[in-house]
Amino acid sequence: MAAGFKTAEPLEYHRSFLKEQCRSDGRELSEFRVTTLNIGSISTADGSALVKLGNTTVICGIKAELSNPTVEAPGKGYMVPNVDLPPLCSSRFRPGPPGEQAQAASQFIADIIESSEIIKTEDLCIERGKLCWVLYCDLLCLDHDGNLLDACVIALLAALQNTQLPEVTVSADTSLPEVNFEKKRGLKIHRHPVASSFGVFDKSIVIVDPTAEEESLLTSQLTVVTDEEERLCSMHKPGGSSLSGEKLQEVIGRAVVRQREVQILIGKVLQSVKTPQ
Amino acid sequence: MIAMEVRKSSDVSLREFGCEQNLLSRPDGSASFVQGDTSVLAGMYGPAEVKVSKEIYDRATLEVLIQPKVGLPSVRERSLEQCVRETCEASLLSFLYPRSSLTLILQVVHDDGSLLSCLLNGACMALMDAGLPMSCLFCGVTCAINADGEIITDPTAAQEKQCRAILTFAIDSTDRKVMMSSTRGSFSVHELQECIAVCQKASEKLFKFYRDSVQRRYSKTV
Repeated sequence: MAAGFKTAEPLEYHRSFLKEQCRSDGRELSEFRVTTLNIGSISTADGSALVKLGNTTVICGIKAELSNPTVEAPGKGYMVPNVDLPPLCSSRFRPGPPGEQAQAASQFIADIIESSEIIKTEDLCIERGKLCWVLYCDLLCLDHDGNLLDACVIALLAALQNTQLPEVTVSADTSLPEVNFEKKRGLKIHRHPVASSFGVFDKSIVIVDPTAEEESLLTSQLTVVTDEEERLCSMHKPGGSSLSGEKLQEVIGRAVVRQREVQILIGKVLQSVKTPQ
Repeated sequence: MIAMEVRKSSDVSLREFGCEQNLLSRPDGSASFVQGDTSVLAGMYGPAEVKVSKEIYDRATLEVLIQPKVGLPSVRERSLEQCVRETCEASLLSFLYPRSSLTLILQVVHDDGSLLSCLLNGACMALMDAGLPMSCLFCGVTCAINADGEIITDPTAAQEKQCRAILTFAIDSTDRKVMMSSTRGSFSVHELQECIAVCQKASEKLFKFYRDSVQRRYSKTV
């Protein structure tokens, strides 16, 4: 009977749970879904991570290539993120060129990389004006059950911490790059940005980490990205009903707590990957 | 008294802005919005026929297209479109036009900083010119935090390059609350609150301008 009510009146169904200060999957209003992390699963990539946030699954693969630096920044390398939402992850997406949601997510990730200075792009430069590293970060969503942006940012952060770059020297005689695959160094991660997404129900109730069915009923969505120094790297609220100052404060407070939880989780997983070696 | 880490500019200053409505003959509503040197042209078609694949049974389908000055729309334009579309959808009474389409096209004529706020203002003026029912008006304000911690409202492209953070907010006319927020660069929570307060103050000027321009347009001179 509950299944019938849920299909016929999804808004009323969710409202009946929110009245009791909980949600249809049993979570509290400010509770995130269980986050699982797997690092280094793609052996052909220089760095990789798989994140599961409840059912939402995102895998990130980092491939490093050598390239000439851009004319505007000869002493810096660059990162090219790309978020792909294949038809596999949800029935909403059809095969073909990337849709608006995928492109907006790619732009969001690119802005986070720039705003948070997750790595210093100067570290990617090998020889000023001539040679630099380009990191292609491909984020593929395997299962879209809401809250795509949080999962993408965690996957990106974990994959970057897992990335090993070989040593490159430019030989003096031939002036060609020589790659030494035996010697590998990890990337120096400057900041650890973590995204927390929130949804607003009926313009007043704020829930954390919405699922796909909750997302379709929300009046507005908000994603806050914080780093370990409690600085905000992004406050992304792409429209929707307005939010008061007090609610924003609560939301930022929750985002800061989440940042610490995720950083500890990534640290633990990286430790467990290193210790057997 | 808590010492403030951010020095406010003494007066909220916006560049000279202007607007012209109903300048195009084909769209149902059109407007041109100019902020300093940044200029945007908006055209609104609707309510009109919608493709069956895109129709929503109880609301109008709003589509926003942003055309850059040079080249084809890229990933950056898609992200701006998402911001403008969701802001317009929150203020339009789209349930009055089920199974219809509303198309808003924004053409960037010149970009000299604060582009997203100029796009939002142009969009609102075009929606008003088309006569679409809205629950509230909205305006866009951009502010930038420079290296000294000073807040500059409505920055030019040159000012934006030197700043460490750029924040754009869409403020609604009824409660002066934040409808949309898009930020670049990093900043503290205190700086965010300062910027929101500054943008809310700046939005007063814009809303007064909206009211004056509509009053001028529809009042009959004897």
